Amino acid sequence: MNQYDAIVIGAGHNGLTNGAYLAKAGLKVAVLERNPYIGGATVSRELHKGWYYSNCSYVSSLLRPEITRDLELPRHGLQVVPFGGGATFMRNGDYFGNYSDHDRHYREIARHSKRDANAYDRYSADTSLQTKLIRPYLLRTPPDPTSLKPRDLRDLLEFARSFMALGEEKLLDTIKFWTASVGDYLNEYFETDVIKAHMAGSGIIGTALGVYSPGTAYVLLHHYMGDVDGNVGAWGFARGGMGAIANSLSKALQSFGGEIICDANVDEIMVRGGRVTGVALKDGTEYRAPIVVSNLDPKRTFLDITNPSDLPKDVLKKARNFKIRGSSGKLNIALDGLPVFNGLDPRSRLMAGDLHFSDSLERQERAYDDWKAGTWSKDPYLDMMIPSLTDPTMAPPGKHMMSVFVQYAPPKIEGREWTDEDKDGFEKSVIDQISNYSPNFRDLILHCETRTPREIEAEVGLTEGNIFMGELTFDQLLFNRPFPGYAQYRGPIKGMYLCSSGTHPGGGVMAAPGANAAREILADLKRPNTVPGGYADD
Amino acid sequence: MSDFNREARLLTTPFHSRVAAMCDLNDWGNWMGYTTPNAYFDVELEYFSVRSTTGVFDLSPMNKYRVTGPDAERYLNRLITRDVTKIGVNRVGYAIWCDDNGQVIDDGTIFRLGEEDYRICSYQRADDWLAWNTLGFDVSIENESDAVAGLAVQGPTSCTVLTLLGCTDLNQLKPFGIAHYTFEGRPLMVSRTGFTGDLGYEVWVPPESAEALWDQLFELGRDYLIKPIGSHALELARIEAGFLQAKVDFMPAEEIVRVGRSRSPFELGLSWLVDFSKPLFNGRAALLKEQANGSRYRFAMLDVEGNKPAEHSFILKGDKQVGTVTSAAWCPTAKANIAYAQIEMPHGAVGDELVAEIYYQRELHWTRLLAPCKVIDAPIFKSPKRWQTPAPPH
Repeated sequence: MNQYDAIVIGAGHNGLTNGAYLAKAGLKVAVLERNPYIGGATVSRELHKGWYYSNCSYVSSLLRPEITRDLELPRHGLQVVPFGGGATFMRNGDYFGNYSDHDRHYREIARHSKRDANAYDRYSADTSLQTKLIRPYLLRTPPDPTSLKPRDLRDLLEFARSFMALGEEKLLDTIKFWTASVGDYLNEYFETDVIKAHMAGSGIIGTALGVYSPGTAYVLLHHYMGDVDGNVGAWGFARGGMGAIANSLSKALQSFGGEIICDANVDEIMVRGGRVTGVALKDGTEYRAPIVVSNLDPKRTFLDITNPSDLPKDVLKKARNFKIRGSSGKLNIALDGLPVFNGLDPRSRLMAGDLHFSDSLERQERAYDDWKAGTWSKDPYLDMMIPSLTDPTMAPPGKHMMSVFVQYAPPKIEGREWTDEDKDGFEKSVIDQISNYSPNFRDLILHCETRTPREIEAEVGLTEGNIFMGELTFDQLLFNRPFPGYAQYRGPIKGMYLCSSGTHPGGGVMAAPGANAAREILADLKRPNTVPGGYADD
Repeated sequence: MSDFNREARLLTTPFHSRVAAMCDLNDWGNWMGYTTPNAYFDVELEYFSVRSTTGVFDLSPMNKYRVTGPDAERYLNRLITRDVTKIGVNRVGYAIWCDDNGQVIDDGTIFRLGEEDYRICSYQRADDWLAWNTLGFDVSIENESDAVAGLAVQGPTSCTVLTLLGCTDLNQLKPFGIAHYTFEGRPLMVSRTGFTGDLGYEVWVPPESAEALWDQLFELGRDYLIKPIGSHALELARIEAGFLQAKVDFMPAEEIVRVGRSRSPFELGLSWLVDFSKPLFNGRAALLKEQANGSRYRFAMLDVEGNKPAEHSFILKGDKQVGTVTSAAWCPTAKANIAYAQIEMPHGAVGDELVAEIYYQRELHWTRLLAPCKVIDAPIFKSPKRWQTPAPPH
């Protein structure tokens, strides 16, 4: 009875995607979830009556359109609605707004600096060039640079060709880009503090690095390389909350005969004779399968649910050294009405986008200083959204739901565990900052859910509360993700696979790791591939 | 300074003052001689208001004809290809009308307002055609295009917004039903009709009510995220929902110069609108003949691989060109690349695998792409909300 062809551990979006493609290929699949609900960090819950909180991931852009279309997620209830707008509010009472219309956006930048407004086109072109380099590799398995297999050699050659085709100058720019800090990158284009700060946010979100830390320019790219309906860099909301993504994936999975088993907390991956044989739950239940796919992050996969005696030492060492540092927290707030922000008409379309209060790189770097010192930022960087301005199902009419992503929050406070007092202090730093720019904000709060890395790790299972399941730095990307030698979704034990955001191409509700892993599993089983290829991106 | 007598080329609709105030992009088009917005602020976001909240489209330039008299039903039954007697009072029917050769002149909606009282709402002007067809019928035709202003109020929260406006129990109105209300002392008619394939209504008022209607709708609809939408957003929605557009997907038969460029209902996938069991109608004999002998073309909805819209593409079967695309779009809700094509028989049956020859330009560079495509049997976007009664709140 508890015998399957494949077991996937963790019903987050990648586990569900992986299970869906395996089930589509005819495998008998079970996806095990330790929580009583599915979704992992792609979840929406009614935590205050009438309000739906996407209390982890909160926006969508990276979800691969090829997967959405192939698994018919719209038919299974998924609707991704783009939002426009966004603004950074300034200490002087002004703001910088983000407009989707190019000419209107030019005028807004020019209001702060004509030179920056003109430089924006050069910045856009240079950044687009980088997205074009990476996008074709999202739905592909990274080639192994040490392998002599024909497929790896072919893919490496293609990879090299696309870089060499850039020509010397752009190749050098590219190498610099992939290792630069977002601050230095932006300094090459812009002179105005608020404009740089507005754009730099994408370089640090989810990352335990500061705007001047090398490698953060790539993180910016990671937030730019998605698209909504072909508009690269655009972001949207899943109607009904991010949980709609997991729910539609679960329906796709079930339409192919796959099963989801909740309240199934995996204790250990069972191994016999160098092969996986299934999993054992903490309550003693066993599920048997010759294939076990872990959608947990690499640390949990190798250090928590695999018996160390079944693993080579190098894997244990690499897992121990894997960088997965908690850097962020989240406030989810039910509001009795729409907050008003200094200087901006509340009816402005800018309100529907991402809102921030860090108006200089200096402030963002200082916020990181607090993290290094082992505490939450006293003047944090916020990525704040009001999804109820776009999606009428998130809160009652006229009321609003606010999602506040907060950076920085360390996994431990000065080396010790978070306490409830720390959590209150963290919450206060965020609410105080918003209140500094919004006189009516505090009075509108009906309910607030505050999540520090402690809560995120405990409830969602992300080690240290790291939203990407591992830092998105070059030493942990492509054929280095999660670590060299294990980047092609195969674990060190026969029948063991990895499909989490800890594998290529990383975090951000892309569903690409889950799909890529399924393709590798089906290849090993010599079954026809069910995973779609990526769209050509020109 | 020149002192010539300047006369505006384009008219404005009764909503124009309000439309213009909201048209951030100042992106105007010419629809039937009226100044109408192509886009208000962002085509994508406008489109998504129809799919996620409420979108409002000014459809006042539509042509409206009142058909009254003892023979109104008989007259219309002669005029259109479907059986008008099946459209009850306070019901609406989608219809097409053909010339004597069975070629489609236009499509539109027939509103039955009373036993002997109808309104035809059409994209094309039809005064001449309607007048000639009155011969032998006791019927009167009145062009009331200027006397009726209209807004399409479409999307998941549309029923809620209109209910707040005073349209009591609107959620009980079935698809293609009509309900009558009073707005500021004047009549207001609501029909559960639209061009978007989702829950939606069309609201009809005298022009004097237009500005107040717009103002109140947007005031009451604010909490339901109401937005104005222009013609570009509507175009996306209608392609996704499977609606044909005159002069885009077919040429009105009466305007055809070149032989063979018109299309029959069968060739537009509209055979369900042709009822041979009813009395004589325009084009009946020709259509019977076509039914027996076969059509020249087939209307096909294509699901095109990849994400490049197959606009103006040739459709190939092997090396042979067998058709052309009339409408195409990447459909943002269905997340599919859809094209409508006219395919030469016998090709284009459901399931047929064809190739779209797509040309697209990036940075002045043209690329030719051969994208496999498949004929599908129904529109890609299907909203259950469209058919639900009572209408859902959002």
